[in-house]
Amino acid sequence: MKHQVSITVNGTPYSRDVEPRLLLVHFLRETLHLTGTHVGCDTSQCGACTVRMNGQAVKSCTIFAVQANGAEVTTVEGLAQSGELHPIQEAFHECHGLQCGFCTPGMMMAVTQLLDRYPEPTLEQIKHQLDGNICRCTGYHNIISAVQAAGKKIRARDAATGLS
Amino acid sequence: MFPAAFEYHRPTTLDEALALLDEFGDNAKLMSGGHSLIPSMKLRLIQPEHLIDLGSIDALKGIRLEGDAVVVGAATTHWQVESSAEVKAALPLLCEVAGVIADPQVRNRGTMGGSLANSDPAADWPATAVALDAELVCRSKSGERLIEASEWFQDLFATALMDGEILCAIRFKRLPPRTAATYQKLPHPASRFALVGVSAAVTVDEAGNCIKARVGVTGVHKHAVHARAVEQALAGQPFIPDVIASAAAVADHGLDIGSDIHFLEEDRRELCRAYVERALKQIHQRLLDGDFQSK
Repeated sequence: MKHQVSITVNGTPYSRDVEPRLLLVHFLRETLHLTGTHVGCDTSQCGACTVRMNGQAVKSCTIFAVQANGAEVTTVEGLAQSGELHPIQEAFHECHGLQCGFCTPGMMMAVTQLLDRYPEPTLEQIKHQLDGNICRCTGYHNIISAVQAAGKKIRARDAATGLS
Repeated sequence: MFPAAFEYHRPTTLDEALALLDEFGDNAKLMSGGHSLIPSMKLRLIQPEHLIDLGSIDALKGIRLEGDAVVVGAATTHWQVESSAEVKAALPLLCEVAGVIADPQVRNRGTMGGSLANSDPAADWPATAVALDAELVCRSKSGERLIEASEWFQDLFATALMDGEILCAIRFKRLPPRTAATYQKLPHPASRFALVGVSAAVTVDEAGNCIKARVGVTGVHKHAVHARAVEQALAGQPFIPDVIASAAAVADHGLDIGSDIHFLEEDRRELCRAYVERALKQIHQRLLDGDFQSK
């Protein structure tokens, strides 16, 4: 039996009838055609499918769309605002925090949570908080640089706009 | 990967969930965070006809202090425990354990009750539940039942939970003064499951003698267990490096340890001894630093 779900993705509300076994990642990719969220390992380990759901970074390959009913979801497509890259996207670009780019959407979504929870992360915190995201190209060096650079950008932006 | 088709139920009260469990019985599976269940369903190792999602039942969530106990709702996520100021003050070992389970995304979804009910032999929470002799609070239509952690874990993925019961909360008694504790694990590099995990707490008297040692081990036996040989070797002894070393040397005694795809039996026994020693040394340092479990 199909269930009607209402899920807000990147600020836009969507209502769809879905089978209970439809995973959130497939809802995003195949129902809404938001293919920025990737399927990597499909076993909850690699983190390529990471999105924010009600503010929390989650692996969308391990959540059914019916569980996300009523939720607010942010995907990588929701990072840039009004044609301006998000500071995390800028930092990944500038620090070359990627090679093939497959893990990058999930990596950046995990970083959004990392910097929310640890605005000035230590090296150890960055490594521990990225435990759920696997990159097979970079050796993580430039990803860590990108996280540090993104943190600086966000702190500078918040200071300039009077946010704390 | 798609799981086999199923009917989805999302009760909002415990009574509603118990009624669904009663109605569908063996054809139903309870889901908390779903981070062990959904992967198993995707691999079609489990194909329930009815999935009862416990994620919308508020009564199963949250942390409260009841007298000398910290009571964690079964559907409380690892992150909620990790980030709880109340837990940090009352029983910081729980925050330490929660913070090294899997990865941040999994900690946002996975729950303490789900982990204990699944009884994965390599899961993290079971070691601490056993070490601290937690009580598991279960409910069925006929009422409430309390089960000691050491009785709860029965076999690989098998617990004392009976048909028609739901695990609702976990009660941890707070630790006495002059107790230090830690959780030390060797995580699997991809999944972060514990290839070996040791949760330990040691209480000493004013002279530094061990009054009581509690040691729970996960990852090596078919389920989490007390390392009784270590607990006995430490009890009443001065808690000093020599005694720690000889106690850790018997850590694998009495445990049913075999070879598997990761390690040969002897290597796993060695890891068990090494991680018990690591945990006890860490506790020794924390006792010296005055880093106690109750402030």
